[in-house]
Amino acid sequence: MGVQVIQRTTTVVIGAGHAGLAASHFLSDRSIDHVVLERGEVANSWRRERWDSLRLLTPNWQSRLPGLRYEGPDPDGYMTVSEVTEFIEYFAKVSRAPVRTGVNVTSVRPADDGYHLTTSHGEIHARTVVIASGACNKPAVPPLSDAVPASVEQLTTFGYRDPAQLPDGGVLVVGASATGVQLAAELRRSGRPVTVSVGEHVRLPRTYRGRDVLWWMDASGVWNQRYDEVEDLTRARRLPSPQLVGTPERTTLDLSALASMGVELVGRWAAVRDGRALLSGGLRNVFSLADLKMERLLDTFDEWAKTSGDDAEVGPPERFAPTRAPVSTPLQLDLRSGEIRTIVWATGFRPDYRWLDVPAVDAKGQLRHEGGVVDSPGLYALGLPVLRRRKSTFIYGIEDDAREVIDHLARYLAVR
Amino acid sequence: MTTVTNGVNVQALLDAREVLKGAPEAAQFTWRASAKWQSGVHSTIKVQSFFGLGEEQNHKEEWTFEADHPEVFAAEDNGITPIEYLLVGLASCLTGGIASVAENRGIQLRSVESVVEGGHDIRGILGADSDVRNGYNDIKVTFNIDADASRQEIEALVAQSQKRSAVFDALTNPTNVIVEVA
Repeated sequence: MGVQVIQRTTTVVIGAGHAGLAASHFLSDRSIDHVVLERGEVANSWRRERWDSLRLLTPNWQSRLPGLRYEGPDPDGYMTVSEVTEFIEYFAKVSRAPVRTGVNVTSVRPADDGYHLTTSHGEIHARTVVIASGACNKPAVPPLSDAVPASVEQLTTFGYRDPAQLPDGGVLVVGASATGVQLAAELRRSGRPVTVSVGEHVRLPRTYRGRDVLWWMDASGVWNQRYDEVEDLTRARRLPSPQLVGTPERTTLDLSALASMGVELVGRWAAVRDGRALLSGGLRNVFSLADLKMERLLDTFDEWAKTSGDDAEVGPPERFAPTRAPVSTPLQLDLRSGEIRTIVWATGFRPDYRWLDVPAVDAKGQLRHEGGVVDSPGLYALGLPVLRRRKSTFIYGIEDDAREVIDHLARYLAVR
Repeated sequence: MTTVTNGVNVQALLDAREVLKGAPEAAQFTWRASAKWQSGVHSTIKVQSFFGLGEEQNHKEEWTFEADHPEVFAAEDNGITPIEYLLVGLASCLTGGIASVAENRGIQLRSVESVVEGGHDIRGILGADSDVRNGYNDIKVTFNIDADASRQEIEALVAQSQKRSAVFDALTNPTNVIVEVA
């Protein structure tokens, strides 16, 4: 029996992505003793779990972390994955974050006056813990994938890197979030026949009235809407990412753009029966829902511009044609015919809290928290969708969230 | 917002939503219809009991429906055809949904009328062409709505009502159907 050495620290931050490092920045500001534990390297998911062509959805000028701004030559461009990795790495360096890389947290459980953490490198006791391990730990693949014939290859966004890795032939991309539309477009450009199964989605133009649509989200205050002001928070937190892509040309990549590239749009995939994918006949309505929602958002922007005095600074109001519904869409796809060789699941992600031995995870696997204050004293979260604001999951959104969450943590420590 | 009276008790629905979030077992309903063959292709269907909120429930009276085929099908036309009942279900479901969503959004409705048309190639059911399906090829619903709302708001009502419609879902998505002989 060896002697169990338990290291003690005030705060442990789990995860050295932008969220964990922002937490560390504010902890250091307040001289709160802490460590940041990272299972891999800084910005690990960006290094290992993203496809090659990915760029940030936010323009460079919005790539902002506490005390760090983009100062490069292309403020309107969009960072590539390696640029994001470098940016986050640089942030870790300048903020002198006490990061321990290659440390896997295998258990966090309540202990006397705090939490006991078991890691691949020993035991730690911390009075407070900040979970910044992200919202995208596992691809969420629906159970119907089990019924897909073995002759069809299946990939998730964790395994996908570039079109060359896929066999020749047709691809079915499932999901029309930012991921789904981006992969569908690049697979189509590789010469493959591409079908996208479309459920509820969020349509956005890349630019509106001459400005990046995310400039509008920010300037008009939509992005700053707080979690306790959002009408249906559960829904807002589950919303798929908007159909956007960061390209030098600032092109819009909505479903009409995909259709004009020759991508076939079909309804939501509902079931597999006899080797056939059965698809919803409700495609038109998901188009309508997204078109109407986008129009309401653009109305909000226009109204804001009138009152803010920015009306003259931007181009004239625009309205975009409704998404063209195909005259008829197939209600089935024969998965055994060989036409579809690969299925790419772009059906979102789930967080992974298997290591969290604290009863703070709901039946759907989501952390129970109020604006990042987890339902267990001394436990906090950062970097989850609409954690405190609509912009929470964007790099740009972490600063305000991290400041407020660490404020709460500091008050919690002070009164104990 | 002025007081809106479309006659939907939205508060009760919102309350039920909150309660059932934490009690999924109470949300499990079973709807029933009992059919009895009369003669020819005529049958009579009665609907009264259902199960929900953890116990047996009843409509306040038993409702009776006649189903038959029209004379052009060489039948007696004692009631509407079964596939027309699907249109009845869809129209009523979407209409009820529009009223509920309007109430919730503070939109006063003055009239909501619709025509539902289902395109049906009967060579399927007759076995005249095995490539033709038995059911509808497509269904079109046209709403005429008079309300204190912009066209955009009315379109949003109709879209949201489809999004939350049981019958729209049942028609647009596959459902496992088990038919047995007792």
